[in-house]
Amino acid sequence: MSNPTSPTLAAVVAEPVEKGNSLWHDAWLRLRKNKLAVFGMVTIAVVTVACVAGPWMASYGYEQQDLMNTFAPPNAQHWLGTDQLGRDLLVRLLFGGRVSLGVGLAATFVALTIGVTYGAVSGFFGGKLDALMMRTVDIIYSLPFAIFVILLMVFFGRNIVLLFVAIGAVEWLTMARIVRSQVMAVKKMEFIEAARAIGFGRRRIIFRHILPNILGPIIVYTALTIPGVMMLESFLSFLGLGVQPPMSSWGVLIKDGAEKMEEYHWLLVYPAALFSLTLLSLNFVGDGLRDALDVRSSKD
Amino acid sequence: MLRFITSRLLQSLLALFLVITATFFMIRFVPGGPFTAEKAVTPEILRNLEAHYGLDKPLWRQYLDYLGSLARGDLGPSFKYPNRTVNEIIADKVPVSAELGGLALGFALVLGVGLGTVAAVRRNTWMDYTASTIGMFGISIPTFVVGPLLVLGFAIHLGWFNASGWYGPLDRVLPAFVLGLAYAAPISRLTRGGMLEVLHQDFIRTARAKGASEFRVVTRHALRGGLLPVVSFLGPAVAGILTGSFVIETIFQIPGIGREFVNSAFNRDYTLVLGTVILYAGLIMTLNLVVDIIQAWMNPKVRLEG
Amino acid sequence: MLRRHLTLLLLLLGALFTAGCGKSKKPTATTGAATGGVPQIWHVGNGSEPQDLDPQAITGVPEHKLMMALFEGLATEDPQDLHPVPGLAESWDISTDGKVYTFHLRRNGQWSDGSPLTADDCLQSYKRMITPEFASEYAYLIYDYVVGAKEYYDRKLADFAQVGFKVIDEHTLQVTLKNPAPYLMGIIASHYAWTPVPVKVIAKYGPIDRKRTGWTRLGRLVSSGPFQLKEWAPNQKIVVSRNPHYWDAANVKLDEIHFYAVEDNATEERMFRTGQLHKTNTMPSAKIDVYRRDLPESLRIEPYLGVYFYRCNVNRPPLNDKRVRKALALAIDRESIVQKVSRGGQTPAYAVSYPGTSGYMPRAKLTGTIEDAKRLLAEAGFPGGKGFPKVELLYNTSESHRAIAEAIQQMWKRNLNIDITLFNQEWKVYLDSQHTTNFTLQRSGWVADYVDPHVFLEIWVSGNGNNDTNWKNPAYDALFQQALAAKSVEARYALYQQMDEILVDECPVIPIYHYTSVYALSPKVKGYYPTLLDNHPYKYIWIE
Repeated sequence: MSNPTSPTLAAVVAEPVEKGNSLWHDAWLRLRKNKLAVFGMVTIAVVTVACVAGPWMASYGYEQQDLMNTFAPPNAQHWLGTDQLGRDLLVRLLFGGRVSLGVGLAATFVALTIGVTYGAVSGFFGGKLDALMMRTVDIIYSLPFAIFVILLMVFFGRNIVLLFVAIGAVEWLTMARIVRSQVMAVKKMEFIEAARAIGFGRRRIIFRHILPNILGPIIVYTALTIPGVMMLESFLSFLGLGVQPPMSSWGVLIKDGAEKMEEYHWLLVYPAALFSLTLLSLNFVGDGLRDALDVRSSKD
Repeated sequence: MLRFITSRLLQSLLALFLVITATFFMIRFVPGGPFTAEKAVTPEILRNLEAHYGLDKPLWRQYLDYLGSLARGDLGPSFKYPNRTVNEIIADKVPVSAELGGLALGFALVLGVGLGTVAAVRRNTWMDYTASTIGMFGISIPTFVVGPLLVLGFAIHLGWFNASGWYGPLDRVLPAFVLGLAYAAPISRLTRGGMLEVLHQDFIRTARAKGASEFRVVTRHALRGGLLPVVSFLGPAVAGILTGSFVIETIFQIPGIGREFVNSAFNRDYTLVLGTVILYAGLIMTLNLVVDIIQAWMNPKVRLEG
Repeated sequence: MLRRHLTLLLLLLGALFTAGCGKSKKPTATTGAATGGVPQIWHVGNGSEPQDLDPQAITGVPEHKLMMALFEGLATEDPQDLHPVPGLAESWDISTDGKVYTFHLRRNGQWSDGSPLTADDCLQSYKRMITPEFASEYAYLIYDYVVGAKEYYDRKLADFAQVGFKVIDEHTLQVTLKNPAPYLMGIIASHYAWTPVPVKVIAKYGPIDRKRTGWTRLGRLVSSGPFQLKEWAPNQKIVVSRNPHYWDAANVKLDEIHFYAVEDNATEERMFRTGQLHKTNTMPSAKIDVYRRDLPESLRIEPYLGVYFYRCNVNRPPLNDKRVRKALALAIDRESIVQKVSRGGQTPAYAVSYPGTSGYMPRAKLTGTIEDAKRLLAEAGFPGGKGFPKVELLYNTSESHRAIAEAIQQMWKRNLNIDITLFNQEWKVYLDSQHTTNFTLQRSGWVADYVDPHVFLEIWVSGNGNNDTNWKNPAYDALFQQALAAKSVEARYALYQQMDEILVDECPVIPIYHYTSVYALSPKVKGYYPTLLDNHPYKYIWIE
């Protein structure tokens, strides 16, 4: 069996974040050269701008019904057609995008922060603390989610903060386990030992030395979390937490569209296409970011 | 090693007890009960129903009774299905979900690891982009869209399969495929990410320099480290996949346990909720233990700590 | 060491995998590709998995459909209009004061195990039904009517002999009522609460006043109806086959009925298209137009005895003012709702009662224009919608309820300039909110168990467990009591007319539409008629 993972001492010397701005600057330069990442960034920017600004320019409201014009296929008045109540799908899609992008990004950020910190601490310190923290994760994994959410609503009423609490409560768990296992792998490497020897504090070691070296899996899993969060939002709507009609979200639009896909395909095709395009773009950006921040790959 | 496992099992037992306790009390505070119905039963009937099912006793008493019967391996009778015990329901349905999950998992691993590895090795080529795009569609198109679409195509238009049901071997194909696809996608992304981390490392270069074939480098050396994030993901994912999928089991009318996870909560079938939670918690804890052991094997620098 | 464990794990996984492939059962034949005669096997979608097959321990529609195959009441339903026809009893007499019913059981009546079906079996069944320890959900369908039964249920009367059930001889049962109940025969014919059960069989498996004795399992269940239990695969299907001991077995045309437990209506509809089902339970609303166009011969849209309405909590301002309630009721365009939103051929409801229930046509009707609605709202202190407080409309999570609520929300906004917010709850949370009147406006519905106008009027009496509006009206309650004692159907219906007038005037509930049942039925199925309860007695049905 060959030599196990061992970064060179050079990694300690050329220690990433120590160089601060220049690292991010280099990364940005590398990112800009990555065509897919640029495509992803442009797409996300366009979608975001459209969702934020588009509804102001639209000639319909998201709640505006026209019962004489229900299930209209895409046409000159309604570019993406209308739904069961004769509402303009494009406008609803853009408004829904505000909800989904907002919830998706914010809740993912919450999950990311908790998951990474928790996993890093657990993996780095190990021992009894790790056992305690990981069994806690096991417990939270096991609790019945629907009941948890209903209880939250019973005690705190329906509000938007709960939405993030509910999503955050489940989505950080796997992230924490992934980060933990990566940290455990990295913390025994020579450059970390070296950093310890130099006398750096634990916090500094975790955040400055270990985390930059496990960014890859974090970025990949973050990109996987976003669609999960967006679809989870539609399940929470089912339980009564989440967007309230007549407002909608991508998750809810896709769910409704799926029920009618044979007859009124546009109700599924457009929401699903926009959703996939956005996620694909996010992943391209994620991949690009991962590559750009990877100091070792630049040496290839 | 033995000490590690024993210690972990003890910890897990404690965690399991906490999960049971928390769930037992949580579900009692949720509005609505097992006998809440659209046509309300009269108060005197409700009182008798509660007495019949022992719900008239103080909550702490019910909790102790439950723990007592649990210690004897009895998960109690179901509230929704008075004719059946929770033990029977679980014993009936877990094999179905596990069969579906096993098939889906096998498919997901082959497809996911395959796609991910190809994408990493042929990074930034059309193969990578194709694999990434397939993966992303697998993630962003939910199973409740893919499932009915495949049924429309293969069952209704081509007539190759039944629209749903769980009778013959052919009935396994579509649901296992759809469920597998949903898991293949994240596996492929995580594999790609993990492999990229590993492929740059010195020992891989060393192996290459020694003239090992690319195939050998990948399969013998890289996969072992590259799958680390996948393995972390697989702990909870396998627990999820083996305990069934609510969506798939509903779309394909499969008598698995996945539906009970959701329906028991909605039916306020207290004992069945607890039964499914115990099943899932046990599985999660076991699998996370297995994952930790596998990760230690994959990376000898990781010491098992317990 | 470690590696050995891993190998073991992989072996296990592999075993699981092969087990998965190997354990597959034989495929069952689905549709009739048989040579010769058409197999008389009917494949039916039946909603969710039944709770149990004990007619005294269940509630719910899927259970009811199974009960109709397995068990029979003293009377049963006519296939076309569901009026009571002889069942286990070949005839019955009702005393002139309407209080004493004498049932004459069939001399040759048998359970499906061939044992005789006697008056004592019936008596013991009814005793089980009102035994408080047994806690049957539908016990009130007996103790509301039979002399002494409520006292027995409340443990105030220990001696069952004093309850109004009496065995005259082996084949004659007498039932004495507290009050005349002209619709009682309808309940007996249509509701499983009055279904006799094989008490002697039940006693073999445990105390008969316990629910969990397991007597309904395959191989144990003994039934009295046209069919008997043949197979029970939980969450898949229940197969019933012809019962040779049924009194009318010669006229039963089907050999088997396969009831599939399919919860998802889209799944069920796809099964219909692949020929796995002859009949679905419901139909996704998006599919209705498609069937109308492409498969009209398979689409069934039939009146269904139920009303869809919005319930007002009359204790909560502003709905404590009946002018506000009436304004809301008048400002709904019901025609648009049924044609454009619900789309299932429902009929707009301008009164709570269902028109044409056993010949009863409510004369009361919500009438008034949008202008009237605006005027009423202004009189109540909200001219032009000004100052109207925030009101929430509660509905249970479902795409169709949401669409209707969104449409009505817009109508109220446009017509009255008031803002209503919508919110949904999971089913049981929503029911809890309803039964504790923890809502302001709530979507709801009521479906009849038997065909009589009584069904839609009794629930609004003060103190009725399903009133849930806080609405109390002494005049209404008095009329209801008079109707219970009414001497003739005409007299009773005249009182009902007045009750409907009060409901329309007071608007504790805002009726929206009367239900239809919409489903797919293969044209090969014959002997099948539309009925108001969506009950279709199986013995008349055959496959062509």
